[in-house]
Amino acid sequence: MAQAAIVGSTEQYNYAIIRKFTVMALVWGVLGMSAGIYIAAELAWPFLNFDIPAITFGRLRPVHTTLVIFGFGGSALFATSYYVVQRTCQTRLYSDWMANFTFWGWQIAVGLGALSYMAGYTQAREYAEFEWPIDLLIAVTWVIYLLLFVQTLRRRSQPHIYVANWFYLAFILATAMLHIFNNLAVPVSLFSLKSYSLFAGVQDAMTQWWYGHNAVGFFLTAAFLGMMYYFVPKQAQRPVYSYRLSIVHFWSLSFLYMWVGGHHLHWTALPDWTSTLAATFSIMLLLPSWGGMINGIMTLSGAWEKLRTDPIMLFLITALSFYGMSTFEGPLMSLKSVNALSHYTDWTIGHVHSGALGWVAMVTFGSFYHLIPRLYDTRIYSIRLIYVHFWLATVGILLYITAMWVAGIFQGLMLRSFDEYGNLAYTFVETVAFLHEPYVVRAIGGLFFISGLLVMIYNVIMTVRRASSETAELEARLAAKMARAEGQA
Amino acid sequence: MPEWLLWFTHFENSKIVALLLFFSTFCGILIYVFTGKERSRRLESYKYMPLQEDDEQSDAAEGEVADNERNKA
Repeated sequence: MAQAAIVGSTEQYNYAIIRKFTVMALVWGVLGMSAGIYIAAELAWPFLNFDIPAITFGRLRPVHTTLVIFGFGGSALFATSYYVVQRTCQTRLYSDWMANFTFWGWQIAVGLGALSYMAGYTQAREYAEFEWPIDLLIAVTWVIYLLLFVQTLRRRSQPHIYVANWFYLAFILATAMLHIFNNLAVPVSLFSLKSYSLFAGVQDAMTQWWYGHNAVGFFLTAAFLGMMYYFVPKQAQRPVYSYRLSIVHFWSLSFLYMWVGGHHLHWTALPDWTSTLAATFSIMLLLPSWGGMINGIMTLSGAWEKLRTDPIMLFLITALSFYGMSTFEGPLMSLKSVNALSHYTDWTIGHVHSGALGWVAMVTFGSFYHLIPRLYDTRIYSIRLIYVHFWLATVGILLYITAMWVAGIFQGLMLRSFDEYGNLAYTFVETVAFLHEPYVVRAIGGLFFISGLLVMIYNVIMTVRRASSETAELEARLAAKMARAEGQA
Repeated sequence: MPEWLLWFTHFENSKIVALLLFFSTFCGILIYVFTGKERSRRLESYKYMPLQEDDEQSDAAEGEVADNERNKA
């Protein structure tokens, strides 16, 4: 035991922490997506509530978003950021206990969050539903993460900090700032989970959406771009298309994202100029978003045949395509006229999922398929299963987003239709009845997607088992050799 | 204080000030990144960093990953 600990601490890189985060990302992914499919099914067949408060849509929805964004996405980011920073700086993580602290702090916060939502405790702030004690745990964990990342960068043996680390660092810094300011609150008492926000009225809404959209911008975009800037070149075995473009990409994206939160509050009590400003910045954001996408895709320039032979590359390039599509759709939806139709409809849900499933999950799957065999010093169990996963995921996403486009656009049009006398042409319940079929298709899309994830988990388990048997075989051979050598002596 | 400096203290001028500051910073970054042959060469050399790691391993892209099915065959 003691010997194992010594060996572990003297390894060149700390891979143990990456393995733990990778496994938990997959665990949270299955749980979070299962919750998502269940609530999708509840919307199509409301009897699935079974009159049990803990599993109603209102309580399971934050469970779904928290588990997939913070559990799956967050753990994947911890894992890949620790891998990328160690590999590109050619140094071990600054501290093993700090790394372990971030693991346990993060997993406990995500787990407690999900349980508390089901029990009915929520701050009712979107993507920040954690009650204040959990917020404090997250804040401490995050500050340790920042210290660990910065200290690791400081002891690098490379003169330059590779651009992927810039994106990860921006994500860590921005998330710390967003989390702390959005969750400023006064607890009702020391022993109560309830608290009151420091902000009120429209300022509260503005703070919430400043946080909410930057959670998308820095947690779900910048950080995953860090992943892209490392794993796409690694998998393609070619350098990124333009390093200089990546620098412009980084600064313009980081600057522009901070301003766009107000586009979630068009046609509300928020001053008109504020939401117009947010829409303007949203349109400008198209340029760095597409600059980054083109930089990633053009990395394959001259080697497009890899898409025919390498399913991991398929995952990564498809992820970039979805990134391009959803970052075109986002600015479009931020326009006030489009937003008047799309807001409060399922178009928004479709948009979010084309980014979350198409970009975030696909780039994570691609990166994990590259990463996991290396973590266990083996080869992937089955390439064919990666193809199966890819097609299940792609079909699932397409079913999901097309169903939500149909649902959202028709829902918006129905709510805005007037008859010849100026009365509403449809009652609200008629729009609900219309939504049934798209909701069924959406749930089927989700089933496709999670089936792909289950295939991946099987592939990963078999890969790890093979790695263990390879190690055992190697050790047995070594022991036999030693015994022979001793016998001869 | 000179008259022209007072112009910056008026709240209604903050948008122009912000625009000038941010836009000139952006132009500065563009000029820094895309000018100078030596600097461009140095910046582009960093893109090889992920490919210069020590313990490289065979890769799916190279068709060297022994697929389980193929192994069995």
